[in-house]
Amino acid sequence: MGKTESSLSNMALTLITITLLTGAALGYVYKLTEKPVAIAKEKKQQEAIRLVVPEFDNNPAQEMYLIPTSDGDSLKVFPAKKEGKKVGCAIESISHNGFGGDVKIMVGILPDGTIYNYQVLEHKETPGLGTKMTTWFKPSEEDNVSKASGNAFFNWLFGISNNSGGGNTSIVGVDPTKTKLEVSADGGDIDAITAATISSRAFLEAVRKAWYAYTEIVDTHSSATTKEKNSQEGGMQ
Amino acid sequence: MNQWSNFTKGFFKENPVFVMLLGMCPTLGVTSSAINGLGMGLATTFVLVMSNIVVALVKDFIPEKVRIPSFIVIIASFVTIVEMVMQAWLPALFEALGLFIPLIVVNCIVLGRAEAFASKNSVGSSIIDGLGMGLGFSLALTILGTTRELLGSGKAFGLPIFSESYGMLVFVLAPGAFIALGYLIALINKIRRAG
Repeated sequence: MGKTESSLSNMALTLITITLLTGAALGYVYKLTEKPVAIAKEKKQQEAIRLVVPEFDNNPAQEMYLIPTSDGDSLKVFPAKKEGKKVGCAIESISHNGFGGDVKIMVGILPDGTIYNYQVLEHKETPGLGTKMTTWFKPSEEDNVSKASGNAFFNWLFGISNNSGGGNTSIVGVDPTKTKLEVSADGGDIDAITAATISSRAFLEAVRKAWYAYTEIVDTHSSATTKEKNSQEGGMQ
Repeated sequence: MNQWSNFTKGFFKENPVFVMLLGMCPTLGVTSSAINGLGMGLATTFVLVMSNIVVALVKDFIPEKVRIPSFIVIIASFVTIVEMVMQAWLPALFEALGLFIPLIVVNCIVLGRAEAFASKNSVGSSIIDGLGMGLGFSLALTILGTTRELLGSGKAFGLPIFSESYGMLVFVLAPGAFIALGYLIALINKIRRAG
């Protein structure tokens, strides 16, 4: 250290050289990782779509379209079709009211309006509390599926809570016209995650937004599903 | 100092967390589970070794008055590289560590080793120093993470040890980090005195 004299020109030259070299190195690594990062993000989205709707043979990402919501967001809708017939759609929904920021989820809704499955895409909730939302709102038979994707930790938590709680925590298979998608503390039908009511509220808000977006689609886009929805509403009355 | 003691000093005698109390931000922040602690420790080890190598290589060319900014630029570059590589090939770990990866830049262990060791020693010794300190840091974070995970949710590395209902939730949260670290430091001090 200090073999080079600390003169102004030396110092300026050193700093310029170092920043240039590191800048070039970073640019190179960015180029290298650019593609894998994009692929990883796309893979995650594909994986989420695959998990939340029944088997399909089209490319939902290509047929994606946007649905604006009342509070200014646009939700991405990925229609899933098998042999040309609609088997459900995956809706990427977001809530801005999480405990640590935005909660982004993918919700799959079947043509008959029931929720098929969901997947949490992004969140900043408290580890060990709000993070349980990745499995909390699923029924316990989901354990094996989620374990395969490396969520044994939360699954175990979920299994215990389901056995001991006995309340209704699952949103899978529910029909939002019959079940109130709000935490039970707010008068809804879904039990919140223990000690993480704010995260649960945000999660359910995102699910509700996806559901409203879905009702928009069936009202305006497809007559076949509208008919189904009407008959379903008729059944309710 | 021979190379073996140069390597092992980071584990016990000069452990960055338990003895020197350096890098407290990631130590307290990410250790809510054992696996997060280990991941953070290994990411820091990589940055530590790489920045030690580069600092030891360029130490003769850097004027003394601009050495700190130069070191910080070098360290920050390696942290950014770790962040991009992790995002590309280890997205799951990237999600778990999230915010704390950029904070490796301001981890005083990294700058501390660059300033106190790599800028005065050869490349070879600096690599060994970086490895020893980094692995010592990883070990400390893993011990702290395991302790908190076990006490807080009854698990170690995600494997259930006892039922979660006996867990003390506070240990998974921030106050538990301070409590667990305090007792661990007391324990290490006791062993050090006895030894």
